[in-house]
Amino acid sequence: MTTTPAAGTAAVTAAALALGDDALVLSHRLGEWAGHAPVLEEEVALANIALDLLGQARVLLSMAGDEDELAFLREERAFRNLQLVEQPNGDFAHTIVRQLFFSAHQYLLYGELASGDGPFAPLAAKAVKETAYHRDHAEQWTLRLGDGTDESHARMQRAVDALWRYTGEMFQPVEGVDVDPSRLERAWLERTGEVLRRATLTVPDGPRTGAWAAGAGRQGLHTEPFGRMLAEMQHLHRSHPGAAW
Amino acid sequence: MATAAARDTAGSRAYGVTAGADDTAGHQHAFDAAVAADERIEPRDWMPDAYRATLVRQIAQHAHSEIIGMQPEANWITRAPSLRRKAILMAKVQDEAGHGLYLYSAAETLGTSREELLDKLHSGRQKYSSIFNYPTLTWADVGAIGWLVDGAAITNQVPLCRCSYGPYARAMVRICKEESFHQRQGYELLLALSKGTPEQHAMAQDAVDRWWWPSLMMFGPPDDESQHSAQSMAWKIKRHSNDELRQRFVDICVPQAASLGLTLPDPDLKWNEERGHHDFGAIDWAEFWDVLKGNGPCNEQRLTRRRRAHEEGAWVREAAAAHAAKHSNGETGATRA
Repeated sequence: MTTTPAAGTAAVTAAALALGDDALVLSHRLGEWAGHAPVLEEEVALANIALDLLGQARVLLSMAGDEDELAFLREERAFRNLQLVEQPNGDFAHTIVRQLFFSAHQYLLYGELASGDGPFAPLAAKAVKETAYHRDHAEQWTLRLGDGTDESHARMQRAVDALWRYTGEMFQPVEGVDVDPSRLERAWLERTGEVLRRATLTVPDGPRTGAWAAGAGRQGLHTEPFGRMLAEMQHLHRSHPGAAW
Repeated sequence: MATAAARDTAGSRAYGVTAGADDTAGHQHAFDAAVAADERIEPRDWMPDAYRATLVRQIAQHAHSEIIGMQPEANWITRAPSLRRKAILMAKVQDEAGHGLYLYSAAETLGTSREELLDKLHSGRQKYSSIFNYPTLTWADVGAIGWLVDGAAITNQVPLCRCSYGPYARAMVRICKEESFHQRQGYELLLALSKGTPEQHAMAQDAVDRWWWPSLMMFGPPDDESQHSAQSMAWKIKRHSNDELRQRFVDICVPQAASLGLTLPDPDLKWNEERGHHDFGAIDWAEFWDVLKGNGPCNEQRLTRRRRAHEEGAWVREAAAAHAAKHSNGETGATRA
C-alpha cells in the first residue's frame, strides 16, 4: 500500500461507485434466478450470494452518496460496473463461470484492501469472508460441471469461451483503488487457470478484452442487455418521484 | 418420545412396512396411548398406515407451498423500489427455499423421497396452497402477502409446533420464527405505503382488497366440508378446526388493519359483543373450489415455471451425480480460504 486516499474525496467516491456498482449489478442478475434454480439448494445459495453482494453494494454506494438515488436514478452511462457482471445469466454454467471469474477477483482485491488502512479496509475485511464462500461455491460447481457429463462439460467450455473476453477489464487500474492490478492479475490467472484445468476445461487463448477499449464499463460504456436490466430495476422507483419506501 | 412399547426395538424395520398382523393390535394400542399422552411419534416408531399417509400428504403440500410460494414474491425482486426492500425480499425468498428443504426432509423421515414428492407436484398429483395461484400485480402485493398470507400461515402453523409427529413439529418451530419475521416486515412495508403519497396509499389499499378473501380461504373449507379435519384432530396433527383458526385470524387482523389506516373489503365485518368475536361476511367457496381444481388466475403459470426449472436443471443434476461417481473419494472440494 502506498498513500491512502481520504474518505469523501473524489477518488474514494469514484472507487466506491466502481466497486459498489459491480456488487449491485451482479446481485441483481443473481436475483433473477429466484424460482428458476436447478436444485433447491441452489435457490438458497444463489440468493445468499446475491444478498451478500447487495449488502456490499449498499455500504459502498453509501460511501459515494445516497444508495437509492445512485442505484435508481442514474442513467446507464453513469454506471461504473464491469461489463462482466452485467452479462445476462444464460444457463447455469454461464452463471457459474461469471461468478467464478468475478469472485476470484473480488477475493484477491478485498484481501489486499483489508490488509491496508484505507477507507475500504473495514468493508473489505467483512467482504473478503463472504467472497471466500462465493469463490468456493463457484469453484466446486466448475469442477462438477466441467468434469461431469459431456453436456455439462460442453456448456461450461462455451461459457468460459464467451466470458473470457470480459475478464481483462477487472485488472484495469481504478481511480481510488490503491492496489497493484498486475499483481492481482497474476494471482487471478494462476488460480482460475488451475481450477479450469482441474475441471478438464481449456483456458482460452483469445483476447481478454473485447473489441471495446479496455475499461469500457468503468467509463460507463456498457453492453446492450444492461439498459434493459436497468429499465426493470429502476421503473418503480422512478414512477414515484420523491416517495419513501 | 413415544412409549417404549410402541417402538420397534429391533430398530431395523423398513419404513412403510407394517408389523405382522399379530403385533398390530398391540402397536395400535401403544400408538393411541402415546398420542393421548401428548408424546411425540418419531420416525422409527410404529404408526398406522393412514397416519403416515396423511402426514406425507400434509407435509408435502406444505413443502410444495413454500417452493411455489417463492414465485409470486420473486416476481418483484428485480423491481423492488429501494435497496433495503430488495434485500429484505431476497432474504425472504431465500428463507422460503430453506423452509421447503426442512419440510422435504421431514417428509422423507416417513419413507418417501424429495424426488418422488417433486414428481407428484409436477404431475399435479399433490397440491400446494391455493393462495399462490393469485398474481402479484403491484409492489404493495409484496406487503399484503407478508401481512395477510404469512399471517394466516402463522395462525395455521403455530399449533403445528405441538403436532404429534416429532420431525414435523420441530420443523415448524424453526419455520414459525422466520415466518413471524416476514409477517412483521410485510406489515411494515404496507405501513410505509399507507402513510406515504396518495398513490402509495391507494396501492396498499388495492392490494389488501385483493388479498383479504383469498387469505381467509387459506384455512381450508368450512368445518362441515373438511374431509380430513376430524381424523387429524384425533391424531393431534391438527389442534384446532379450520373455522376456529379462521375466526382467530380475523380477530387479529381487524385491529391491525385499523393501525395500518387501511380498510378490509367486507361490509359485514363487525364486532359481536355476545360472541366476543368479529362476525364476517360469506366466503365465496365456489371460487375456492375452482382455484383448487386448477382454474385460478396463475395455476398454469406456477406449475409450468416449476416444471421448467426442474427440466432445465436436469443436466446440472446429472453432471453433479456423474462427477460424484468419478470422484467418490471426495477430492472435489476446493479448499476453504
